[in-house]
This record gives sequence, C-alpha cells and structure tokens, in this order.
Amino acid sequence: MTRRGRMVLFGFGAVGLAALMAWGLAGLPSFGDFDGAYGTLLSKIAVPERQASSVVAAVTFDYRGLDTLGEEFILFAAAVGVLVLLRIQRGEEDIPAEPQHSRLPTGRSLTLRSVATALVGPVVLLGLYIVSHGHLTPGGGFQGGLVLAAGLLLAYLSGAHLRLGRARPVSAMELSEAAGAAGFALIGLGGLVFAGVFLENFLPTGTFRSLISGGTIPLANVAVGAEVMGATLLILAELLDQHLLTHGRHRR
Amino acid sequence: MTAVQAVALIVVAVAGTAVVFTPDPSRQAIVASVFGLSLALLFFVFQAPDVALSQITVGTVALPAMILLALAKVRRRERARNDS
Amino acid sequence: MTFLPYAVSAWLFLVGLFGVVRSRNLIHLVVCLSVVQASTYVLLLAVGYRHGGAAPIFADVPLGSRTVDPVVATLTLTDVVVEATVVALLLALAVQAHKRFGTLDPDQLGAMRG
Repeated sequence: MTRRGRMVLFGFGAVGLAALMAWGLAGLPSFGDFDGAYGTLLSKIAVPERQASSVVAAVTFDYRGLDTLGEEFILFAAAVGVLVLLRIQRGEEDIPAEPQHSRLPTGRSLTLRSVATALVGPVVLLGLYIVSHGHLTPGGGFQGGLVLAAGLLLAYLSGAHLRLGRARPVSAMELSEAAGAAGFALIGLGGLVFAGVFLENFLPTGTFRSLISGGTIPLANVAVGAEVMGATLLILAELLDQHLLTHGRHRR
Repeated sequence: MTAVQAVALIVVAVAGTAVVFTPDPSRQAIVASVFGLSLALLFFVFQAPDVALSQITVGTVALPAMILLALAKVRRRERARNDS
Repeated sequence: MTFLPYAVSAWLFLVGLFGVVRSRNLIHLVVCLSVVQASTYVLLLAVGYRHGGAAPIFADVPLGSRTVDPVVATLTLTDVVVEATVVALLLALAVQAHKRFGTLDPDQLGAMRG
C-alpha cells in the first residue's frame, strides 16, 4: 500500500476513532466526581490494617500485589529481551572498536565531570531514602530504583566507571535484577507458607509512621528497587556497548 | 478544575504535539524530555506524587538517554558501513 | 471545561497514532508511541481525581479526610516504569532492523525472511 493510501485510510479510521472516543468519554462521570467504592474503602481501611501511611504503597505491594508481580516480570522480560538482542549483535559485529579517547563520555569537559562527581553521592543517597521510605511517603521501589540507576549513570558521566571490588559490574547488576524479581516472588511464597494465601502480608505490622511498619511492604520495596535499578543499568550499559560497566583494566 | 490544572493539561497537549512533529530523532529526544517533565508536573497537580516521581526520572533521564544511545549505535554502524 | 482532561487524553492518543502512521524513521516512530502511552496515564489519573482531594498519603494528613483514588495511582506508577523498559525493547528491535536491512525507514524494510 502506498504511503498516500495509508494516510487516507488512517484519516478515515481516525475520524471514526475520534467519534467513538468522544462518545465513550462523554459517558464517564464528570471530572472530579469519581465515586469509586474500591478506592474509598481502601483509603479508609489501609492504614488501620497495615499501619502504612502511604495508601498507594499498600495498594501496590499488598492489596494489588499480584498486578505488581506481573508488571515486575514484564520489566524483567523486556530487559532480558534487550540484552539478548544487543549482545548477539555485538558478538556478530565486525566494526572495529573505537579508539580509547573517543569512548570517554565527556572528553575534556571539566565542568561536566566535576558536577557529575559531586552529585553521585547525594543522588545515590536520595535513591536509597526513597526506596526505604516507600511505605511512609511518596516513593517506593520503582521510583527509588530509577533514581539509583540515574546516580550510577552519573558516576559513568564523571569519567569513572563502576568498580565494585572484585565483582564484575555486569554480573553484579544481573544479580541485582534477578534477586529483585525472585525476592518479590519469594515474599509471595512466604505469604503462602505462613498465612495460607499467596502474597498475604504475613509479617507483624509494627507501629504507625515508623520505619518498621507495613509488614512485607518495605521488603517488597527493596526487592523491586533492586530489580528496577539492575534492569535500567543493564539496558543502558548494553546500549553503551558496556562501557558503563566495564572492568577497570582497559580504561586507563 | 483549577487554573493550574487547566494550564498543565494544555502544556502537555502542546508538548505532545511538538514531539510528534519534530522530524529529527535526536531533537525529538530533547522535546520528549520536556514532554516528560510537563507530564510529571501534571501528575503532581493531579495529587498523585508517586506517579510524578516515577515520571520525572523516566521521562527526563531514562527515555531520552535510551533514544540517543540507540541513535548513536545506528549512526556508528552507518559510518562503519560507509567507510568500508 | 470539565471535559478538558479527557479531551487532552484523546488528543494525545490520536496525535501519537498519527505520528506512528506517518513516520519515516523507526526511532521517531517509537517516540511517538511513547506519546500514545502517556495518553493512557492522563486518562487514568483524570478518572480517579476527586475535587478537593489530597494525595492518599496519611503521613501528615488526618485520617478520614478526602483523598483522590489510590488505585489508579497504583496502576499508573507501575505502568510508567514498565513501559519505559518496553520502549527500550522496541529501540533494540529498531537497531536490529537497521542492522538487517540497512535502513531505518519503515517503508523500505524488506519482507521478513527465515
């Protein structure tokens, strides 16, 4: 089908779709008057039942934990897909490797390197805070994991690379991602073993507004945070041809 | 609906249109970053701070970085192909 | 005026779809797809909003006060992160298509082989 034919067909389809959308959206309750019974009920009972002050975190990891488990595995599968596609390409490639100096991300820009170096510590600390306080304030595993990944990306931008002792950084990120995904599933199994229902909150709920509250919710936050950080860094590292996570030796 | 919410919605609509009508992918990545930021503001004004936190990092850092890196990969291969 | 959020969501959907259909570059196409994804987030949050409601975090808001719906916030926040990863997968596919066919133009990609 020619391009022009495709655009004309799309024009007709779009007009029909717009009409259907307008009709459907007009049937919604008007903006601001939503009377969802489920949400209202959850707002009332989540805090007394789970002692977690963030109802959104309680819904994500406890009441609708099964949905989050599914979404987490979508993330895992997509990350694995990216890795498989790009690693096979890199294996087959016969493009000569770029010379050393053009692989550095920042060249000689001192401003960028110094600002990035200064920001790594605060951003990683902020990410850890967001992950650990997910059941008390807005935040949680998904948000904190992304901030952690951004912090480690800043380390790369500062001209350094990730040195994690003797562990190979790529393996460490893969381990983090896998452990996060498995950890969440294991928490669910713990619910099955100790409380009879998969993903049931089986730990004691602690005191309201303290760090130890909400039962399994903080643990689920940590698991998801590890997974999101690992997945994001692996994807970015593959797109950067693993320069983000290579070992110390070939860079200096 | 407050005025702030109305303004945020209109900014999101304009930014989204700009993303679609920017032809060059590397410029589009930056416009997508602005779109992500305006979305995060909209989510915040809609009283959903968790969603705004997610969207800030994804829309301004992760997504444009991935787009630009994919572009760099493609251009590198094209350059190698032209040289050989 | 109360129809504005739904109208913006429908507009983003249609504009993104138009970008996907019209695009001449696979990477441009994937970015337009992310605009379509954003329309669903706007729709979800617009549906769950309540006038005068606060965010459903009871750290300092007294219990029992009026909040917006927490369930749609849950759906949207996991959605945002996961669809970013799916966009990464689509970009990897675009890079692979470029390697296979030498072009990023959707109109010139050859038929699937093998």
